[in-house]
Amino acid sequence: MRNTSSTANTSSADNDNQITLPDARGHFGPYGGRFVAETLMGPLEELTKAYEKYLKDPEFNAELEYELKHYVGRPSPLYHARRWSEKLGGAQIYLKREDLNHTGAHKVNNTVGQALLAQRMGKTRIIAETGAGQHGVASATVAARLGLECIVYMGSEDIKRQSTNVFRMKLLGATVVAVEAGSKTLKDALNEAMRDWVTNVDNTFYIIGTVAGPHPYPAMVRDFQAVIGREAREQCLEMTGKLPDALVACVGGGSNAIGLFYPFINDKSVRLYGVEAGGEGLETGHHAAPLNAGSPGVLHGNRTYLMEDEDGQIIETHSVSAGLDYPGVGPEHAWLKDSGRATYVAINDDEAMAAFHNLTRTEGIMPALESSHALAYVDKLAPDMSRDEIIVINLSGRGDKDIQTVAALKGITL
Amino acid sequence: MGRIKDCFENLKAGNKKALIPFITAGDPSPDITLPLLNTLVENGADIIELGVPFSDPMADGPVIQRSTERALKHKIGLHNVLDMVREFRKTDQKTPLILMGYLNPVEIMGYDSFAKEANEAGVDGVLLVDMPPEESDALQAELKKYGIDQVFLLSPTTSDKRLDVVCAKASGFLYYVSLKGVTGSNQLNISDVSEKIGHIRQKTELPIGVGFGIKDAESAKSVSAFSDAVIVGSSLVSLIADLTDKKDEMLIEAGKFIAGLRTALNVT
Repeated sequence: MRNTSSTANTSSADNDNQITLPDARGHFGPYGGRFVAETLMGPLEELTKAYEKYLKDPEFNAELEYELKHYVGRPSPLYHARRWSEKLGGAQIYLKREDLNHTGAHKVNNTVGQALLAQRMGKTRIIAETGAGQHGVASATVAARLGLECIVYMGSEDIKRQSTNVFRMKLLGATVVAVEAGSKTLKDALNEAMRDWVTNVDNTFYIIGTVAGPHPYPAMVRDFQAVIGREAREQCLEMTGKLPDALVACVGGGSNAIGLFYPFINDKSVRLYGVEAGGEGLETGHHAAPLNAGSPGVLHGNRTYLMEDEDGQIIETHSVSAGLDYPGVGPEHAWLKDSGRATYVAINDDEAMAAFHNLTRTEGIMPALESSHALAYVDKLAPDMSRDEIIVINLSGRGDKDIQTVAALKGITL
Repeated sequence: MGRIKDCFENLKAGNKKALIPFITAGDPSPDITLPLLNTLVENGADIIELGVPFSDPMADGPVIQRSTERALKHKIGLHNVLDMVREFRKTDQKTPLILMGYLNPVEIMGYDSFAKEANEAGVDGVLLVDMPPEESDALQAELKKYGIDQVFLLSPTTSDKRLDVVCAKASGFLYYVSLKGVTGSNQLNISDVSEKIGHIRQKTELPIGVGFGIKDAESAKSVSAFSDAVIVGSSLVSLIADLTDKKDEMLIEAGKFIAGLRTALNVT
């Protein structure tokens, strides 16, 4: 691996204190950084300054906390899935119910934070990219709440897959722009949002929905999502008297996973599992699992693991869940993989689909197809653990948005 | 020192401005790139920017995006582009050639192999849009071994503090992005650009080229009044796209377009 900057801190001592990353220039070891065109360097510095200032500002944090409590509905419950645990006959399984948040997923934790920041920076126009539509809905929601103009970029392929969320965004007053370039999915929506930002930097705040992008986004989005892990840690201690033995979360860009993992990173007894989209199987090449089957490269402003060909071109990904259909992954996950702190596995489309049905029937909770990947891995993990061990899964979103996909796969027309 | 420096010194001695056209390698097909390069030089291009196709051209507008997509249909990657440069150098040892593109193709080749192969092929400079000076130390060390210049962008949002950082790391020339936006945008404000270039000149001795938003002889001429080089991309690429199926005509029209710009720049 290449040390690309004089300030990139790749010493092994960081393995013991990962919580201090990134460094001042946004590097997580060799990953992360700020790889953007010159026009965005100034605005990113301005954003970094604002973010660092308000992160420590008691008034900002009080407002954020108020919004998270009264608008988002936090804290989200930690739910003991007894029937499912019983069925698997191993570890006790707890679900961190991010699906119960306002708008139905963890995405809103971050959009509330960034929108409040946008407001303080005097920006009147919000742009966002979206894959499954959850981040787009969450952005449109807070934009409506704060009276900001909102433009959401979405690949035309995703628009077809997630028509309900598109309509939802429009109801909220957002403009949804269909992106026809490239593979017409999340990565192309991100490209287009970047192009908008570079053109309208003066009045526009770009709310990136995941822990990717140029510094400070990976750190900033993580910090806004870390509320998930902070609550889960406290709730688990309160309910069981101890820390969980394992955390499991799905990883597309990786914001719900890092949000859960981050407050546990220095708890060495807690194993961390990130679950990528194995699509039709890693061996088929039709998947979205860069940490399992990709290689390091630079895309969308940061160095990380990517799905790329031998020429360095980004290749098309496949997953049954639009929210995981992304060829990159947050740089902090790349670092957690290399340092060995977290383990990244892949779950195929059909396994995720089975887990979707299983949780729906066993616990009466309909999970998002993204989160179903995490659930499917627990089906494999829990039986080998003892009954007094604990797994916490991030149930990052609810499955209502996916019922059309599920119906179509079963050959049912709604 | 290399071709870029010689080129600017010769132009300066003749009180002339550099004309730098951009084309995407392999657009619309690989066989046309070499004849196009030669046509551009014959009609008055001083330096050429050759675009390396990348699947995710974040800083480019629709015109250059589509040119990249056309080239990628032929699977044109960095290796192929270097082959084209090698061919070009067989008959032209004088015209400086700059590779322009995004970092990832270079990243996957490896900085050391890239610098070595680019030098062997006859590349004089590299401009990687998504690699600001802050991230470029390792690559720059490799490029320096072979005397390859790294050209950096400056923009209307570049602060004075960053201006120092960029000027300290840049070589060859500086590329001033004349407006906020992607390539092919069209809200060029000449007096703003002029003022900014004047400011940049206080910080550096390097030649300054201006690009983004230069469409025709008129805008080229007005920008040349205060810059050392005029960079033209989208209008040329758009002309090429319109004549995709008529290659002879494409070469003639591209030649005429460049000749027109050359004439406008030469009028004093």
